[in-house]
Amino acid sequence: MMLTSLAIVAVILLGLISVAAGVAVFVVDSMAKATFALLVSFLAVAGILLALELTYLAVVTALMMTIEMAIMAVFMIMFMMNPAGLMPMTMVHNARTSAVAGVVVFAVLVLGIWTIDWPARVGSLPADSTRQLGEAIMSSHMLVMLVIGIGLFATIISGTVLATHRGRYDRFGPDLRTAKPNDPVSGGLR
Amino acid sequence: MTLQLILSVAAALIGVGLFGALSQQSIVMVMMGLELIVNGVMLAGGAAWYFLTPELPDAQMLVVVALVVMAVEMAMGFGATLAIYRARQVDMVDDATELRG
Amino acid sequence: MTDPDMGGTGMTLAAAWGLLPAVLAVGLTALVLGVAFAAVDSVVVSGGRLRSAVEPLRSSLHWLAQQRRTTLAPDRLLWRSGVIAVPVLAVLSLAVVPIGGRTLLSTSADLVWFNAMEALLWAAVWLVGWGPNAVHSLVGAYRFLAQGLAYELPLMFALITAGLGAGSLRTMDIVATQENLWFVVSMPVAFVVFLASAAAFAFWGPFASPAGADIASGVMSELSGVDRLLVQAGRAVVLGAAAAMSVALFLGGGSGPGLPEPVWYLLKTLLVIAVIVSVGRRIPVTRPDRFVEFSWMILIPATLLQALWVALLVLSGFYP
Repeated sequence: MMLTSLAIVAVILLGLISVAAGVAVFVVDSMAKATFALLVSFLAVAGILLALELTYLAVVTALMMTIEMAIMAVFMIMFMMNPAGLMPMTMVHNARTSAVAGVVVFAVLVLGIWTIDWPARVGSLPADSTRQLGEAIMSSHMLVMLVIGIGLFATIISGTVLATHRGRYDRFGPDLRTAKPNDPVSGGLR
Repeated sequence: MTLQLILSVAAALIGVGLFGALSQQSIVMVMMGLELIVNGVMLAGGAAWYFLTPELPDAQMLVVVALVVMAVEMAMGFGATLAIYRARQVDMVDDATELRG
Repeated sequence: MTDPDMGGTGMTLAAAWGLLPAVLAVGLTALVLGVAFAAVDSVVVSGGRLRSAVEPLRSSLHWLAQQRRTTLAPDRLLWRSGVIAVPVLAVLSLAVVPIGGRTLLSTSADLVWFNAMEALLWAAVWLVGWGPNAVHSLVGAYRFLAQGLAYELPLMFALITAGLGAGSLRTMDIVATQENLWFVVSMPVAFVVFLASAAAFAFWGPFASPAGADIASGVMSELSGVDRLLVQAGRAVVLGAAAAMSVALFLGGGSGPGLPEPVWYLLKTLLVIAVIVSVGRRIPVTRPDRFVEFSWMILIPATLLQALWVALLVLSGFYP
């Protein structure tokens, strides 16, 4: 079963929205608007995935990207000089070279996309794409998930190490004997 | 026909993201460019699954890997941004030149 | 769609009734649940006076008639998007709740859908706080983000525990698995964490510090007129929808003797709402920074152990 004509129109519309929102990320002055333009781009791609019957991937993309963008907004406003865009300013370097690079890559990819003789579809859609993915993760493609798991664990550790400047010796004293940690803001437990 | 259209959208996302990643001075904005590139990869993976090999889960796994790449990129990016800002009050890529040869 | 045999299990409401009536039915249910929550809340806060049940309706009419005020240099686009998104997401989260045995959509990843709507609500509330360009409002928004970092992971583990027990992410399958024994018996920690998270993502009761009195009602401080009505209604509907979801996930859905399924479902939902309100209103407001440590040190290990316990039960063939 291929897409209905209504679905094709929706997919093209969502595609245009995702590209327009992607361009808006680097055009708008306000950092909050840039972050949420990126979120719109992600949600439009999630909508296309939903139309392609990749339900789980679409919903999980929306979930992950929303959480990411909410955290991104905090960092944007923390680090940018002009978070609300009330005083327009540009913060770019090599704009011309970068634009040329972007356009060249786009042109090469599009040339390839429209000249390649794409193979015909092999097989038909599974009844439930979520089940297909789940079974792959738990059997034939388990190695991928194992590697991902180790990678994410390493990310958690190194991210914490990079982001924090206080270790346990700062918190519990040089011999780690202090009962109550010496934190700038005390937590709820101790 | 629809496959080519969707892949062209993915190519446009990758092109825009590349422009952003190369041209922005703020580290956080560079990360947004990288995320747009991965967004394009995810779209292309989904389209490849639907139009070429829906019976195999490989293209779905590719999208999962792209999602994970995005999460890792963001966590490490923010960690590095915080570390470098804490050490030297730097939040622009032009000032982070320790590794220049 | 006139064939009565088509009304079997596994069919969505949209397929059974047609899309428009189904959407209207879900919208109406959302309204009923929201009004029910607001009325019960109002009665409990006033100390049990039944007359104050009409208070939410009266303030709704007041907000409808009230003129909208604004601030200096607001981010109008993001502000309005956030305000509209709050009630819309509340209704969308109800789309996968099987009231009367059927969901509006069956997405094969219903639990993730519910979670995604709630995460979008996270972003929407931040927008509501960011939009007006006012300090108390933004402080409230940041408190909500910090609170989100605390409840998000325990909530995900609680949701997935119910999915694990049923071996499916579909809410209709989860209800079907509880035919013999409700999930609340074998996964009580997940049930409690889910209800607490519901209060947290609606920033209500003990988790109301994003809209706390110490920052002049925070994210709500600059909202007036229809905007205020939309956000307040959205919060009430979110809590009502979460109560309805908890009935599907942990309390056996609409099963019960005698009465028809939707009636049992609504009765159980009202009971959960009454429990949430009467317990939640007796707990003092927690600070997000304290709640983060409690959540990461206690709730996350507890929900993980709960998931492990349920996984062992699944392996031993405890669930049908």
